[in-house]
Amino acid sequence: MAGRTVYDKIWDAHAVAERDDGLTILYIDRHLLHEVTSPQAFEGLALAGRQPWRRDANLATPDHNVPTTNRAAGIDGIDDPVARTQVVTLDENCKRFAIEQFEMTDVRQGIVHVIGPEQGATLPGMTIVCGDSHTSTHGAFAALAHGIGTSEVEHVLATQCLVQRKSRNMRIVADGDLGAGVSAKDLILAIIGAIGTAGATGHAVEYGGSAVRGLSMEARMTLCNMSVEAGGRAGLVAVDDTTIDYVHGRPFAPVGALWDRAEEYWRGLKSDADASFDREVHLDASRIVPQVTWGTSPELVLGIDEAVPAPEAFDDPAKRELCERALDYMDLVPGTAMTDVAVDRVFIGSCTNGRIEDFRAAAAVLDGRKVAGSVTQALAVPGSGLVKQQAEAEGLDAIFKAAGFDWRDPGCSMCLAMNDDRLYPRERAAATSNRNFEGRQGYLGRTHLVSPAMAAAAAVAGHFADVREF
Amino acid sequence: MEPFVSHTGVVVPLDRANVDTDQIIPKQFLKSIRRTGFGDNLFDAWRYLDEGDIGMNANERRINHDFVLNAPRFADGSILLARDNFGCGSSREHAVWALAEYGFRCVIAPSFADIFFTNAQKNGLLLVVLPEPQIDALFSALATTVGFSLTVDLRGQRIDGDAFHATFDIEPERKRLLLEGMDDIGLTMRHADAIRAFEAAHRERQPWVFREGV
Repeated sequence: MAGRTVYDKIWDAHAVAERDDGLTILYIDRHLLHEVTSPQAFEGLALAGRQPWRRDANLATPDHNVPTTNRAAGIDGIDDPVARTQVVTLDENCKRFAIEQFEMTDVRQGIVHVIGPEQGATLPGMTIVCGDSHTSTHGAFAALAHGIGTSEVEHVLATQCLVQRKSRNMRIVADGDLGAGVSAKDLILAIIGAIGTAGATGHAVEYGGSAVRGLSMEARMTLCNMSVEAGGRAGLVAVDDTTIDYVHGRPFAPVGALWDRAEEYWRGLKSDADASFDREVHLDASRIVPQVTWGTSPELVLGIDEAVPAPEAFDDPAKRELCERALDYMDLVPGTAMTDVAVDRVFIGSCTNGRIEDFRAAAAVLDGRKVAGSVTQALAVPGSGLVKQQAEAEGLDAIFKAAGFDWRDPGCSMCLAMNDDRLYPRERAAATSNRNFEGRQGYLGRTHLVSPAMAAAAAVAGHFADVREF
Repeated sequence: MEPFVSHTGVVVPLDRANVDTDQIIPKQFLKSIRRTGFGDNLFDAWRYLDEGDIGMNANERRINHDFVLNAPRFADGSILLARDNFGCGSSREHAVWALAEYGFRCVIAPSFADIFFTNAQKNGLLLVVLPEPQIDALFSALATTVGFSLTVDLRGQRIDGDAFHATFDIEPERKRLLLEGMDDIGLTMRHADAIRAFEAAHRERQPWVFREGV
């Protein structure tokens, strides 16, 4: 038998049956739910008179449109009646179908992709889905994890399975060490810049190489999180000591003899030496400088030491047009140094960069410094109640507040601006989130994606700045 | 789900690559707990000159006459012609609901994002992948012919229009589901015994996946 990749192994361990047409019925171990993409699925389930197939597979929490202030008030603290209805509906559905939920006032509440790993609800080798494209985050644990639409949310609730066509295997190898001030966020932005936003379409991406092996679990989550921005539904990192050490002792993780059995199985979750990949990409991580996006697609990205490109720099006419449109929307002039681009708001948080290490990295830059007077708002939004608690125990909140940041309650917040945290028309943001699409962070808002340290540097300088010079 | 057998309709050209689901239906409309009510807000930020919000009356909004959907010649459009990587980004199925409710039955593009592709299938929206040269030919035809329409015949896997003829690939099962408008969950439920048997064996192999007493 030919060698298998991690993806092949997890796939094989979850294939229930192959249909006549070659599509596979794939068993789902863990299903995460939130308020935005689940109501129509629960409604469909109720209308068909169905019950969840396996209740203990599900874990729910409101995150997308919860406010990041006045958390103690819970649902009553949501001013927007439409948003409130959605959170109330999640509450009602979880009660009706007896699904475990971390409610708004629970310290374990947070962004689904932060709380899954934090609780050990995300375990190696699992199949994990959620009605959110950034479910790819969980692949950092050598789990097969990807986003699904609402019809599939209903399908998983009803059958504990998905009907899937197997993806092709792709490997992205980053060798060499990331330089000081260069993070996993810079690595994934550089990868997307190299392969494009459709570069991994139809593929499950395994990240490897010495740079990836050297990353912490949180950094690997950042990396896998943005696999979907490269077009891949799933991104994976093989199990090693870093993985095992992180999972051990988490509330949902096995203990005792069961842990030993699990660990033995998990340690086999790496690609065989003779496994073949349909596509391989190699990068020298040591050459990557801090990245900043300049356009309206994550692939439109530059090193901080570069200047805004001109449309003529692109050979492909479609890319040239994309460039022209992006320059217009972002109100940028070709040739402008990225370090000359001023920012109005700064956002540190999201499922990409809302974990404790992200706040530590930003705080290290902010310590003893102030947010520039020209910056309208600087927001720090922890990814979960437990991240917030940990940051406060370390005194990070004091550093953020002293620098002039707002220190908020957990949620998706300004990543997609479904709550009150947003850009106003034509405002420009340095954001640690994952999408710089037109209007993503607010109507006519302009988003530049960066790492937490780079966002902190931009906040202090009032414009994009090279954090390596701080 | 409404079956898709054959459809003839006016083609609307959307000549830009990487159209993401945030553009197809902006986030403020995702607060709805219903599956309907998204059609008026399809491509909201491109279609109107004012900022849209949930509950606004579309008739009282400022129309962006430069946007293709608002051109009178495309008013009855039901086939969308798009570029590479259409539907990338967020997994929101609301994007498909918005396209379908607006009246689109089919989207033709050189490539689609994965999650969008699945979501479309679940809602009877036919996605057709054609090679770049044929896509270019269609954009050219649209530039010169007012009222350019196509017939998309799923059974014969053919697309025909004035001086344009193409065939397209589609997996047999996807085709059958679309032709019959079949409920996917019902289909999987036919395998309920196999799922139960798998689950029991999986519980033996990987008991830590299951949370007892929850």
